[in-house]
Amino acid sequence: MTATSVPATASSSEPQWSPDPRRLVSYGAICALTMVFICLIGMPVKLDPRPLIDPILSRGYASLVWVPVVFGYSVTSFVVLEGMAARRRGPSDVLEGAIVGAIGGLGVGILGLLVDNFDLRDPLINWSPQLVDFITFGNSIGFGIVIWLVIGALCGAAGAGLHLLPETVRLYVASVVLAVVGMSFLETAATDLLQGLKLEFISDAIYAKQGGLTVRGAVIVAVLTVAGLALGRFIRANQQRAAAGRAEADLATGGGASLTPVGGAMRRRSNRELVLGGLGIVGLLLLPQFLGGIMNELLANVGLFLLLALGLNIVVGLAGILDLGYVAFFAVGGYTTAVLTSPNAPWLHPELPWFVALLIVIPIAALVGLLIGAPVIRMRGDYLAIVTLGFGEIIRLLFLSDWLAPYFGGAQGITNIPGVQIFGIATVSGTDPKAVFYLVMGFCALAIYVSWRLERSRLGRAWMAIREDEKVAEAMGINTVNAKLAAFVTGAILASFSGAIFAAKVGSIFPNSFEILVSVIILVIVIVGGMGRIAGVALGAVVLIGILGGPSQPGLLQELAEYKLLIYGALLVWMMLKRPEGLLPNVRRSRELHHEELSQDAWLKAQEIEAAAPPDPEYPGWETPA
Amino acid sequence: MSVEADGATPILEFRNINTHYGAVHILKDVDLAIYPGELVCLLGGNASGKSTTLKTLLGMVTPTTGEVVLDGEVVNDKPTSYRVERGVTMVPENRRLFKRLTVKENLELGAYLRTDKDGIANDLERIYTMFPRVKERLSQRAGTLSGGEQQMVAMGRALMAQPRVLLMDEPSMGLAPALVQTNFALIEEIHDSGVAIFMVEQNANMALSIADRGWVLQTGRVVLDDTADALMANPELRASYLGG
Ligand SMILES: Nc1ncnc2c1ncn2[C@@H]1O[C@H](COP(=O)(O)OP(=O)(O)OP(=O)(O)O)[C@@H](O)[C@H]1O
Ligand SMILES: [Mg+2]
Repeated sequence: MTATSVPATASSSEPQWSPDPRRLVSYGAICALTMVFICLIGMPVKLDPRPLIDPILSRGYASLVWVPVVFGYSVTSFVVLEGMAARRRGPSDVLEGAIVGAIGGLGVGILGLLVDNFDLRDPLINWSPQLVDFITFGNSIGFGIVIWLVIGALCGAAGAGLHLLPETVRLYVASVVLAVVGMSFLETAATDLLQGLKLEFISDAIYAKQGGLTVRGAVIVAVLTVAGLALGRFIRANQQRAAAGRAEADLATGGGASLTPVGGAMRRRSNRELVLGGLGIVGLLLLPQFLGGIMNELLANVGLFLLLALGLNIVVGLAGILDLGYVAFFAVGGYTTAVLTSPNAPWLHPELPWFVALLIVIPIAALVGLLIGAPVIRMRGDYLAIVTLGFGEIIRLLFLSDWLAPYFGGAQGITNIPGVQIFGIATVSGTDPKAVFYLVMGFCALAIYVSWRLERSRLGRAWMAIREDEKVAEAMGINTVNAKLAAFVTGAILASFSGAIFAAKVGSIFPNSFEILVSVIILVIVIVGGMGRIAGVALGAVVLIGILGGPSQPGLLQELAEYKLLIYGALLVWMMLKRPEGLLPNVRRSRELHHEELSQDAWLKAQEIEAAAPPDPEYPGWETPA
Repeated sequence: MSVEADGATPILEFRNINTHYGAVHILKDVDLAIYPGELVCLLGGNASGKSTTLKTLLGMVTPTTGEVVLDGEVVNDKPTSYRVERGVTMVPENRRLFKRLTVKENLELGAYLRTDKDGIANDLERIYTMFPRVKERLSQRAGTLSGGEQQMVAMGRALMAQPRVLLMDEPSMGLAPALVQTNFALIEEIHDSGVAIFMVEQNANMALSIADRGWVLQTGRVVLDDTADALMANPELRASYLGG
């Protein structure tokens, strides 16, 4: 390692950088541990049969080799603070990456050696001969160790080498990798959609028979990605040039303090957003027509969870009440619908049509919201979280209990829930996921509209004030108890909608559909999406429920279903560390920042003018004591 | 016993107030009166109960015995919003802006209970002329403002409620010495516009120099109650608060 350090020449005034062996070893060790961990949870062996790019790379190996790439990249990433000399990039970076990667690869090799010689199958179910086969590529263990050293070193070097590329090239490389991996993993969805569009020839061209992209397919995807990216950048650059020109002209005519350029740009942008939004909605409405049953089912599930997440977003994101028992209202909606519509309901069974039942579900959900909310709302922070968690479980256990079995069927649940009759024209039930999707979308649209209006209302402002500082909100004259109860009740009603649709969709309802995990996953959607942001929550629902799957609903990546919770957890930790603001960058905030820059410039200009002119005697300046 | 402005009824009054936090007795038999248009200050050492006095006045803490009187009406069991609506507003200790909301949103929240749109717009303009710097930072998040700017927004936010009496909890805490002076100048300016001010201050010299009257609180009891000039001259007070 010392060989790589640049000898410090006394004459050079620039601070010299030399590799830090401890850093390399610790990164390498974490890299090795991560890879061993992935091996031991059984991911590589389980995924191995399916190719990512046929016949070069299987999903099993892909699940492992990304690790040294990431570690190679991050060991050579440094935060350059102001006043610090930026590190000069060079071959030493690549070498460092290779060392870290090699240590990681060595970890896998040693794991192979251990698995080959000791039997720990009892606690570790994936401690298996198949793992040895996987690691050694079917050869001797010595070969396995050497080959993983090489693989690790190469991947680590590749990761570190990314730093040597210019920014743009790096962007292209990352996009291509993401697109290829994405297209390969989303094979089911893509084939389904292409089939619906009668474009099977495309899927035939890019996907291999046994699954995964073909090499030709990968190349096609890569080329298309590069082309698309280049086009996008070209268009954006042109627009920016035009905008800069306009802003300059505006400034020249409007003077320093005028903020019209920002206003103009915002208006133009909001127009474009409107058009894009419109196209998006049309696309979304047409999409189910081209999808098969499985994909539509998946979309319907995304919608159900989106509806829940939008409701929780009001409670957690806007009002700042950390409700961990949100599933309770989902259950109340579902059970109320079941009792009111199913002929098999043990109690009442008035067999009302779904929409009529919904009119009763709403006040009942609101009432339960009030009953749970009233005692809980006066608590703070962690106490509130724990108590709501308890209430969530209490509701589920009540539905499960023998005590209430004469009303809600206990563990047997309620079956034979009819679908949704729409004006006698159509019946929406689980057998027709396309129709369910449209129904869910309708309610999601309603929920989005309600959230959007609420956010901008007086009540919405009160919620945000409470979220920021409850005591001060109270001092402003906000009735904090009522406002928080309102948030709780609104959230309860939106969740009960989701529950009502869920009951009609599934056709039966059991207490175990309402476990704590549902609350947790809804919360993760809200957090990952970025608390308080509607678009973010929508994206969160699509990514988490659509791709990974819900608590008991399969997602696109069905192979990963077993590791769903692990991935959820890892994603949550990563988000909290790297992007606490959520997946979507806050448009409003970035606009604000932009606005801020401009007003700062304007302010500086005003200061210059003020400095030149004598101070106004009428107004005692802030900085200069009167 | 108290030095009263003749005739008028006080806006806010404490009659023999006792306040507890749990079993801990904080305010002990406190009598206070704030008259329209006055500038009065409350002095006292740490933990003597100054902030508690303000919170009790605003109804965020309920006294155990005694009466809080607003415009001649006993308001012990009325919520904070009732008092805010009737012109009692607080600038809290340490300013406590809504950090992740914008400056504009902070100001608007000050006017939360008001429904007169035109009046609100007028008052916003008034605050912009009073603090031109605030106007330039309307869409900035309040938490990213400098200390001085935060003070301006905190005062602006309070003024948006159209107060008749402004309760200020240590308005000069955490400000640079140069800013403290301008801050007091501003308080006087607000006072001159007809708002009564009840100010809690550690900076007794400065506070008394602009105040009409003052009280000194010691472990929850009012130990001195006099005109500002008399308090300034009081040898005991000089020794303990005014630095000799
Ligand atoms: N919510 C509360 N619960 C229990 N005790 C409290 C509470 N708030 C304040 N106290 C206690 O009451 C006493 C008086 O507090 P208060 O904030 O009124 O003091 P203060 O005079 O404003 O002090 P300072 O000058 O340091 O701000 C302190 O001993 C404090 O610890
Ligand atoms: Mg205090």
